[in-house]
Amino acid sequence: MMGDRYDSVLGLDARRGPLAVILKILLYATMTVVFAGPLLGVLWGAFSKIVDPTQFTLVPEHGLTLENFRRAADRNVFGYLLNSFVVVGVGLLLQIMVSIFAAYSLARKRLRGAAIVMLLILSTMMLPEEVLAVPLSVVLADLPVVHLDLIGSYAGMILPVAAWGFSILVMTEFMKEVPIELEEAARIDGAGELRTFFSIILPMCRPALGVIGVFGFTMIWDQYLLPLIVATDSPQYTLPIALRTLRGDEEVGIGVLLAAALLALLPSVLAFLAFQRQFVRGLTSGAIKG
Amino acid sequence: MASHRLKSTLVAWGFLAPALVLFLYFKFIPMATALRMSLYEVRTYLGDEWVGLDNYRTIVSDERFTAAIWHSALLTVGVTAGSMLLGLVLALLVEGRAKYLWFVRTAAFLPVVTTLAVVAEVWRILYYPADNGPLNTVLGWVGLGPLPFLANEHSSLLSIMAVGVWKGAPYDMMIILAGLAGVDRTLYEASAVDGATTWGRFRHVTLPSLRGVFGILFILAAIRGLRVFTEVFLLTNGAPNGSTEVLMTLIYKLGLQQGELGVAAAGSVVLFLATVVLTLAVRLVRRRGAA
Repeated sequence: MMGDRYDSVLGLDARRGPLAVILKILLYATMTVVFAGPLLGVLWGAFSKIVDPTQFTLVPEHGLTLENFRRAADRNVFGYLLNSFVVVGVGLLLQIMVSIFAAYSLARKRLRGAAIVMLLILSTMMLPEEVLAVPLSVVLADLPVVHLDLIGSYAGMILPVAAWGFSILVMTEFMKEVPIELEEAARIDGAGELRTFFSIILPMCRPALGVIGVFGFTMIWDQYLLPLIVATDSPQYTLPIALRTLRGDEEVGIGVLLAAALLALLPSVLAFLAFQRQFVRGLTSGAIKG
Repeated sequence: MASHRLKSTLVAWGFLAPALVLFLYFKFIPMATALRMSLYEVRTYLGDEWVGLDNYRTIVSDERFTAAIWHSALLTVGVTAGSMLLGLVLALLVEGRAKYLWFVRTAAFLPVVTTLAVVAEVWRILYYPADNGPLNTVLGWVGLGPLPFLANEHSSLLSIMAVGVWKGAPYDMMIILAGLAGVDRTLYEASAVDGATTWGRFRHVTLPSLRGVFGILFILAAIRGLRVFTEVFLLTNGAPNGSTEVLMTLIYKLGLQQGELGVAAAGSVVLFLATVVLTLAVRLVRRRGAA
């Protein structure tokens, strides 16, 4: 029943009187402006002649232009964007593979020590990357045993995010639901370990891939402290950490910042809009399991 | 048969190996490194010198650290409470199946998926302290302001808090909405039959069912609050006059800009312990509450 009085606590949807409608419009408009307005301002500002913060508005009123993006190109914004794409592309691919492999083992194999491994994975989720930033910078400069220096390299920004506890847990929970009979049937047909994995398990996990994909994407795209530590010279910057170097420009003022900010916010916002259902599902399942 | 079992064990560990190696290198070794460095004066060419608990003593006695711990705590409490309260109000307002509510929910959720660096830069612009700065213009319409926001040491921390609530409240809203969806509808009807008002329904049916959700949100927000770095780094970087210096910005300055790795490592360890204690404490309280 649409608009049922018991659909929600307040039952606002069921109130249809003229005064109620006006109040609701005002309320929802305010909410939308407060939370989405500043981002809409970035969108217009990126295409406007906007020299300083006092000209930042929700509606374009200073004439549209592409000049900001031209200046942004001069100042290597597209180079930073490329760096971001490399890091998020390779990083996400690795993260998904690592998660699927680990989840396969945890969910489908009888493993002595699985409980300890689970505990270790949970404990990494209690180690926020900020806490590890300083020691991580030391470790990245000289990886133990292999003695590699990852400071200033893509690998330094990618490898630390390639294994993510959240993503492994979501995947493990999901794989536990895949019926074991399918796997046994494949084995009886003589399929090997890898073949079973790729032809039976992986296709069954498509819905969960959407969840860990969109979450992993936002997680890596949102990285700040890690690239700040790793990228020592400006050509290595990812777009988010380059933003603060673009706060002013002698030709287009803060327009160049807004153009870069738009490019930095679009990918994660678009990923969210495209995978909204998976996103909300992952958000609530992740939160409810702690 | 035995070799078959051995093989299957090897396969299982093989699939786990990439994750374990990555965690070892980028989580556990750094953690051990932090513990070790926190007990040394770290000197790049001269070799490290054992100083025992001196670095920890520095943290406890250094005014900058005690101020930063205080700011982090204030910011955490403010952002956590503000986000949960506003998140609850927002969730109640947009609960329902109508299409326009879906639109409002989606629009309100955008701050959550916007990269933190962009959020900070946008708010630096909105907070522009001139009389005709964007936010001051809006305040002027309702006869308030102008306010200095980030530029004044009395309002800077509150201004950062507001940004945290702006980004945190829609997140909490989404989780609370999921919680609301799980409330038994027949209870609403039953309480209406019993003559309960909307407020009574909310207090006696809705709030009790959301207790678990609030517990989770509290842990998540508190941990997020303690480790706050990016927004403070970009909005003020501790200025004006140290009024917004939080633990992570101070640790970053000491460790990565001034080469005080030992003290910075000790600060990281303290931050880690605070996170663990907080997580365990809240878990414990919740378990006792549930039993």
